[in-house]
Parts: sequence; structure tokens; C-alpha cells
Amino acid sequence: MLLQALAFYVFAFVVMASAAMVVVSRNPVYSVLFLILAFFNAAALFLLIGAEFIAMILIIVYVGAVAVLFLFVVMMLDINLAKLREGFLKYLPVGAMIGFVLFLEILFGLGVLGGNSTSLAGIGKAMPQVIAVDNTRAIGRVLYTQYFYLFQVAGLVLLVAMIGAIVLTLRRRPGLRRQRISEQLYRPKDEAVTVVKVPTRGGV
Amino acid sequence: MTIGLGHYLFVAAVLFTLGILGIFLNRKNVIVILMCVELMLLAVNINLVAFSVFQGNVVGQIFAMLVLTVAAAEAAIGLAILVVYFRNRGTIEVEDINAMKG
Repeated sequence: MLLQALAFYVFAFVVMASAAMVVVSRNPVYSVLFLILAFFNAAALFLLIGAEFIAMILIIVYVGAVAVLFLFVVMMLDINLAKLREGFLKYLPVGAMIGFVLFLEILFGLGVLGGNSTSLAGIGKAMPQVIAVDNTRAIGRVLYTQYFYLFQVAGLVLLVAMIGAIVLTLRRRPGLRRQRISEQLYRPKDEAVTVVKVPTRGGV
Repeated sequence: MTIGLGHYLFVAAVLFTLGILGIFLNRKNVIVILMCVELMLLAVNINLVAFSVFQGNVVGQIFAMLVLTVAAAEAAIGLAILVVYFRNRGTIEVEDINAMKG
């Protein structure tokens, strides 16, 4: 139990520290790398709590797809870093104030400050100690039966996102010679072939 | 020394606040703003999974998966728009994006 608590504190600290580094980091490439670190440690937090499937999905989807996409775009675009950093200090006071107020509000909502924290304690005690089936099996049992339509709609969302991203970034450059297969296939015969009467010893 | 629901909710609250703070601080850099949105969605996921596990109900994790799907789609579309914008304007400063202003 002590080891679990220690692991939780280490992972939670790294998550929060790397999230802070994402925000304040000077170079967007470092921001992406800290984002990846944050995702890994969040996955470790999920593992600690017993949600293995979500943890693995988090690593596969977020680190394997989203963060790499971010890294790709950051490195592909030639951006002026110094100009993008302008106004960081100007926005710091109001941003810090709003963030602080929001954080206090969340803590009040959780009942950590002031208020009664009985509701949270009740939820914490309701945790069943013996788990009958493993996490992945439990998710599959519910996902493919009760939430099957939601699952399909999620697939549709991904399809629309894929088509949208392709359509947005596709461009036809002028002056580029490319093969038009349909035109080739639909060319009539008399356009393509001419029969020439060749005189003997005359050549074409 | 046992880790309860409150610990996870605290981590999620800190992450969400850092995401908000990052959006305010990096007002010019769209990429960092998108990353901060991802951080906030991660905080939401931590909340969903923590409640799901501590209540012994697996539906929260399914919801977290759906949030993950939408986050991936949002990142793909957002970065595609960003690439197109950079191709047209040569910069990604948010404050220049006012072409649709009447």
C-alpha cells in the first residue's frame, strides 16, 4: 500500500510538472516532448488505479498518433519562435489570476476547502474490493452491447476527421504533370489508333 | 496512506487549470493552444476514469474512450487547418486570423 502511494505521488508529480513545462516551454518541440511525458505518466496513473485498457489506449492513441502528429507539424512549419513568445509576460498576471480562481473553485467544488467532503468519501468507500472480471473484458462486455451505437458513431467521427484532414491539406499544384487514368481509359479507338496505308519502299 | 478518489481529482484539477493557464499565456501560438486543449481533455479523462473505478462502474471508462476519439479527431482537423493556414499566410499567429471579420 505504501509502495502504491509512493508511485502515485511520483507519477502525479511528473504529470503536473510536465504539464507546467508544456505551458511555459520556450520551444514548441520541447512542449510536445513534455506533453508525451505527461501522457505516459497519466497512463501510469491509470494503471495504478486498475484501468489497464484505457492506459494502453492512452499510450497508443495519444503518444502514438496525436503527439507524433503535433511533433510532425511543429517540425514541418518554419515558425518564428521569438515572435510567438511576445506577450507571454503581458498575459501572465490575468492568466495566473483566472487560473488561480478556477483552481480554487474546483477545490471548493470537490469539498477539499471548506464545504463537506462527505460525498467524495462515500464514493471512495463504495469501491468493490474484489474484481470478478479483468478490466478489458468488462469494457468489452459493455461497449459491444449497450454502447454499440456510440462505438459506431465514434468510428464515424474518426472517418469524418480523416476525410476532412485529407481534403483540407490536399492541393493541386499547377504545372504538375500527372497521369489521368480515366481519360486514358475512355479515349475512343479512332482517336488513339490511325490506320495508315504505307506505300512500298516509301515509308510513312 | 491510501490513495483515494480525491487524489486523482486533485491531479485532474491541476491539469485542467494548467491547460486554461496555457491558453491564456500562449495567446499567439496555435500549436501550444491545441496542446493545452489536449491537456484539459486528459484532465477530463482522469476524472472520468477515477470516478469509474472508485464507483465500480465501467461506463466511465467507455466515456473516456469516446473523449479520446474526439480528441484525436480534433487534433487531426486542427492541425490540418493550421497547415493550410500556414501555407496561405506564412505564419501561425492567432492575432492575424481576422480574415472573416466583417
